[in-house]
Amino acid sequence: MESKPWKPAALLAPAVSAVIFLLVIPVCFIVVYSFWLRAPSGADIPAFQFGNYAKFFEDFFYPSLLIRTIRVSLETVLLCLVMGYIPAYFFYRTESRIKPFLLILVMLPFWISFIIRTLSWINILGDTGLINHVLMKIGLLDNPLSMLYNEGAVLMGLIQYLLPFMILNIYVSLEGIDKNLLEAARSLGCTEWQAFREVTLPLSLPGVSAGCLLVFVLTSGTYLPPMILGGPGNDMIANLIFKRVVGTLDWPFGSAISTILLLLLGVIVYTYNRYLGINQIFKSLQ
Amino acid sequence: MPRISGWSLIRLYTILVYVWMFTPIVAVIILSFNPQQFGSFPMEGFSFRWYVKLAHNDTILNAFKNSLVLGSLTAVVTTAVGIPAAMAFVRYEFPGKNTLNTLLLTPIMIPEVVLGVALLLFIRWLQQPKSFALLLIGHVVLTLPYVLLVVQARLVGIKRVYEEAALSLGANPFQTFKEVTLPLLAPAILAGMLFSFTISFDDVTATLFWATARSQTVPVKIFGMLRNSISPEINALGAVMILLTISIPLVAGYLSRRFRRG
Repeated sequence: MESKPWKPAALLAPAVSAVIFLLVIPVCFIVVYSFWLRAPSGADIPAFQFGNYAKFFEDFFYPSLLIRTIRVSLETVLLCLVMGYIPAYFFYRTESRIKPFLLILVMLPFWISFIIRTLSWINILGDTGLINHVLMKIGLLDNPLSMLYNEGAVLMGLIQYLLPFMILNIYVSLEGIDKNLLEAARSLGCTEWQAFREVTLPLSLPGVSAGCLLVFVLTSGTYLPPMILGGPGNDMIANLIFKRVVGTLDWPFGSAISTILLLLLGVIVYTYNRYLGINQIFKSLQ
Repeated sequence: MPRISGWSLIRLYTILVYVWMFTPIVAVIILSFNPQQFGSFPMEGFSFRWYVKLAHNDTILNAFKNSLVLGSLTAVVTTAVGIPAAMAFVRYEFPGKNTLNTLLLTPIMIPEVVLGVALLLFIRWLQQPKSFALLLIGHVVLTLPYVLLVVQARLVGIKRVYEEAALSLGANPFQTFKEVTLPLLAPAILAGMLFSFTISFDDVTATLFWATARSQTVPVKIFGMLRNSISPEINALGAVMILLTISIPLVAGYLSRRFRRG
């Protein structure tokens, strides 16, 4: 370690200024813009008023999108947990020679474009998709089941996107467990299941909670699966932001919705960090 | 033996999760060879018809060019910005280190939608039009935290003593950097560049806010094509993207193993 204070400062300057100028200040702009007015002509007028927020909470439509976002995010978290814990545990315990290969496979979806992973479900769930094709071929169905454009299809796309994050978070914290603890528990007379319940499960909880937070945050800010796999009733808050900003160019209102989403996530992340510490999340992404 | 049966259930469950995860992706690739007009089952033959059609579609080729240029520039800029920062965190102690580290990683926790809106709003306030430069700076912000994480993890292993040895043997700081630090850093740089290239190449959520008709990337183009349902052409384009982005980590893994051996 050296004691030349200008050195780390110089090394950090480009990265820190990039984040401040391209992220921190622009996000502050969103907050400022959310108080502005939109003239009937479409121009934005600097102001300080709460009209955009009042509009959001005026009737039940917009808040219901917020509630749906929270509900769908929680469902995604739960399903990712159910689908992800056992594979993560499998990687931790397996002595298979192809374990590195299996781990690369889990990470592979990270490298495939989100839009392709999302639209790929149309080939599976669509009227002429794989499931309907097979079911009709073997004579279980006469007419195709309609499985697209509902919340179930949206959840498929979301889990496909987020499951690797959950598996890796849990796996990283499982790998951190001292295997001697398990042997100690076993030699003290625990059954395999008891050892899991009393030792492995509690010690893996930091990874579980980090995975849950990451999945929740990423789900609540995405609009692609509802847009591509969902119907008109499956929009989430990010879809609303997209429509207001890209569609109707209503910047002040779009900014207000973005601020509400940021506040919601801010509260969740702050609470999490207060009690559990945020660094666990970054660990798994290495 | 209850243990064995429990374990085989765990294995079966894991296999099913894999099947669930990869069936849609494999279906995209298989269906891209279906010569039929509609991109769906059943398969009726095997042909490269849709790939040939892709190769003759100028807007798609243009989107590919944009994506490649954007991804490469993002990789260069993000790594150039990220590696010094990662070195500062790994090599030095200074006040506010943890706060700065968290600040640089926050983009991960900010929804991409918000990032998209924020940068667009900022550009608008500066009265600049949407452009390729907007895509580039956006992608740099998007990829920087991931590059930092990946590079930091690799830098921890590079010990200061190697450089001190070079310096004490009479090399000047520039020679030390060129002959010792840089070769040691090479795998971290490569990893950072590959990672940022892929994230940039694949990104769609934020990019849809920033792209223009002239600066379309492949994912943005696919989004536009999806308006009228899924077509075999989209499957073919998807298959090309999948093969391209998957081969990157595999080739990189192969190269790094050869590096280590050689």
